[in-house]
Amino acid sequence: MTADDLRRATWRMAHEIVERNHGLDGVVLVALQTGGVPIAEALAAALLEIEGVDVPVGSLDVAFYRDDIGLRPVLPEAVTDIAFAIDGAVVVLVDDVLFTGRTIRAALNALADYGRARAVQLAVMVDRGHRELPIRPDFVGKNLPTRRDEVVDVADDGVDLGEMVK
Amino acid sequence: MKHLLAIDELGADGIAEIHRLADAFVEVNRRPIPKVPTLRGRTVVSLFFEDSTRTRLSFETAAKRLSADTMTFSVGTSSVKKGESVRDTIETIEAMGIDAIVVRHGSAGVPWQIARWSSAAVINAGDGWHQHPTQALLDTYTALGHLGSLDGRRVAIVGDIKHSRVARSNIAAFTLLGAEVVLVAPRTLLPPDLTDWPVRVVSDLDGVLGDVDVLYLLRMQRERMTESLVPSLREYARRFGLDRERAARLGDGAIVMHPGPMNRGVEIAGDITELPNVVVTEQVANGVAVRMAVLFWLLGADPVPTHEEEPADA
Repeated sequence: MTADDLRRATWRMAHEIVERNHGLDGVVLVALQTGGVPIAEALAAALLEIEGVDVPVGSLDVAFYRDDIGLRPVLPEAVTDIAFAIDGAVVVLVDDVLFTGRTIRAALNALADYGRARAVQLAVMVDRGHRELPIRPDFVGKNLPTRRDEVVDVADDGVDLGEMVK
Repeated sequence: MKHLLAIDELGADGIAEIHRLADAFVEVNRRPIPKVPTLRGRTVVSLFFEDSTRTRLSFETAAKRLSADTMTFSVGTSSVKKGESVRDTIETIEAMGIDAIVVRHGSAGVPWQIARWSSAAVINAGDGWHQHPTQALLDTYTALGHLGSLDGRRVAIVGDIKHSRVARSNIAAFTLLGAEVVLVAPRTLLPPDLTDWPVRVVSDLDGVLGDVDVLYLLRMQRERMTESLVPSLREYARRFGLDRERAARLGDGAIVMHPGPMNRGVEIAGDITELPNVVVTEQVANGVAVRMAVLFWLLGADPVPTHEEEPADA
């Protein structure tokens, strides 16, 4: 994926979010730290142009909710910042890559501690497969078949597929 | 197994890492449900051979907000009263399966001894006059929140330095973070030998009031009166106590700290504890977040370099 592909995918996902929710009433974006943050910001900018609505954007770090604490080093990467009410909102979780689904499981638990969302939807730039939990995305930038040991890197200038550095 | 026994074992980097974790827990504590499932299934024991209210409650609150189970052991109601040794007590508790021991003891060095006997992480919550590392971590965290950086800042620690583990840990912590520490105390309340201490010593509080960024008041223990180390509490208050008139002479942005519990009318006048630059209640609030950070650092996270890039395979 090139930078242009990323931009087009962002616009399409923004349109899909508007279409699915019949507008943007009550819709908020919550980005997963740290990879989801630039994607959520790009989505919010696109939504502003499409619908003229400034959608609130928050961020969530799920380090304290992970199920692999003790199995691997887990440290918070950035502080959670949700400056709006989750109760009754339609929360679109945003991340860069969807892989095993464990981060999303942790994010759903974390989100529940902030309030009861009316609905939670999931937007990811890349779905690389290999799910270990019954979790599926609502909005996908690109489906990218991968091997388990490959690394998917989403940056401003595009998406790269590389070998895991051993 | 990692332990937290003294401040200098952490170094400046270790202090910074715990402070960074504490930022995340300050946010957790502001949530509608201030609790995360991080340490589910872990057990933290408070083992207090000496009285304490705030430190014990602060650790227990911290452990509970991380979803750890807590057990409290206070000597007054335990088999120690029947003559059980510390070692047997530790072995008994260990056999129940625990992950961390928070220990306070009247004798210096006991937490180190326990760390040798135990397979759990040991946190020193105060040993004699020696160390109280979590107090210094929360004090420096609170000071950093007000001052931004401690590099080159001036910190005055006032009162009974000799018998104070809070003073010893804070001298180490503030110095590691680049601050200059000056001790303000009568000769009788200073340790006999200060040659290796990175501090300046004065005996006149009024002389330093105008140019300190942090005024740290220690608790004056009433039993020091009976040891004739100070003539009277009133005399001490007159020379070393912070009253309204002295508080007015503090520089702009200077903060007043106290580890608690305060003797109102002795080291601090009762009518000035509500002044905006007196940050005592903030120290208590930060104490919970910092102790959550310590428990998470010991039980939840390996101390990996934080700049290491993780693969974007979430």
